[in-house]
Amino acid sequence: MKTNELISMLSSQVDPVDTREVVRNVQIAILIGAAASLLTVVFVLGVRTDLSARHAQIFLLAKLAFSLSIVVLASRFLVKYIRPGGEFGVRFALTVLPFLAAMIIAAISLAAAPRSRWETMVFGSYWIECLIAIPTVAIVPFASIMAAVRLAAPTDLFHTGALAGLVAGGVSATAYALHCMDDLLPFIALWYGGTIVLCTVAGAVLGPKLLRW
Amino acid sequence: MTKESDLKALMTASLEGDSNAHRSLLTALSGHLRSYYKSRLLRSGRTAEETEDLVQEALIVIHTQRHTYDPEQPLTPWVYAIARYKLIDHLRRTRVTTSDVPLENADDILAADDNAAAESQLDLAKLLERLPERMKLSLQYVKLEGLSVAEAADRSGMSQSAIKVNVHRGLKILTALIARETKA
Repeated sequence: MKTNELISMLSSQVDPVDTREVVRNVQIAILIGAAASLLTVVFVLGVRTDLSARHAQIFLLAKLAFSLSIVVLASRFLVKYIRPGGEFGVRFALTVLPFLAAMIIAAISLAAAPRSRWETMVFGSYWIECLIAIPTVAIVPFASIMAAVRLAAPTDLFHTGALAGLVAGGVSATAYALHCMDDLLPFIALWYGGTIVLCTVAGAVLGPKLLRW
Repeated sequence: MTKESDLKALMTASLEGDSNAHRSLLTALSGHLRSYYKSRLLRSGRTAEETEDLVQEALIVIHTQRHTYDPEQPLTPWVYAIARYKLIDHLRRTRVTTSDVPLENADDILAADDNAAAESQLDLAKLLERLPERMKLSLQYVKLEGLSVAEAADRSGMSQSAIKVNVHRGLKILTALIARETKA
């Protein structure tokens, strides 16, 4: 077929299109993933029972501040990356900021505490549960986000996949915070941060495989 | 060269369903795409013949993915990202490897094994040295250099029947020598 013929064919009937649809798809996918994570935590793991205590509320807020800042930042980047060339002009490296802030706060709280408390502050009581729960709960949000991204046309599949994993990990950690009883800042920085990074790496590895078009 | 602002105006109109603008846009972009692919393909050691396939593939993507364009951004980077993505995809898909050579060509590869041919010549020369001079010459002229019996007789000064006998006997001895050689 000649290129001119192709152009005539493609221009014979041009429907108006909505350029915001791809963004909306991703936003809906994040909400679906958040709902699924929330339901899993509420009905499978259970919400922590001491939420009337001031101490528990403060630490819940600290966890939510960390995980939600990741979700907000990463999803803003993600909706740019889903378009061809969207990676130009986006500072992907900025995604480390919430992690950096959490690590600094953790280091300060460790420095202020006696050395004998350090092990408890880092490992808490349920680090294994956290290590397993956050990546597991992130699976459904990750799948729904990736499905929405596939409706668009990212050209940097590695970073797009990483951002999808980062958002999914952040959403999962947000939900898990309702259950988690470990109220220690170094614990949050290491186990929340570490598992979210794990989700990000998984997304980066899967991106080029799952997002090709 | 069509300017970014012109192209963007055409894109904005075609996103709203203007088919004339869409046709103008695709026509203008096809020129850009053709020169882009031509230079990139040559640089990658490919033929310019693949250009038109890629131009058409990119045009189809630009058409079907036009909803992924963000009207708040310039158009050129969006087009360039698609063109580049399709180029990398094409180069990866059509990468030539030895396993891509079809099976029916395997004989051609084996027939053209220069190195092995040189080695067997050397072996034969060694074996020939062990034959009596007259047999060796007869074999060399007739079997290796491909002369006729009459030409070999002329050159060696032997009679034609002597050449025939020497070739015949020489081959017999040679076969025996080779058999002994390969068993060892």
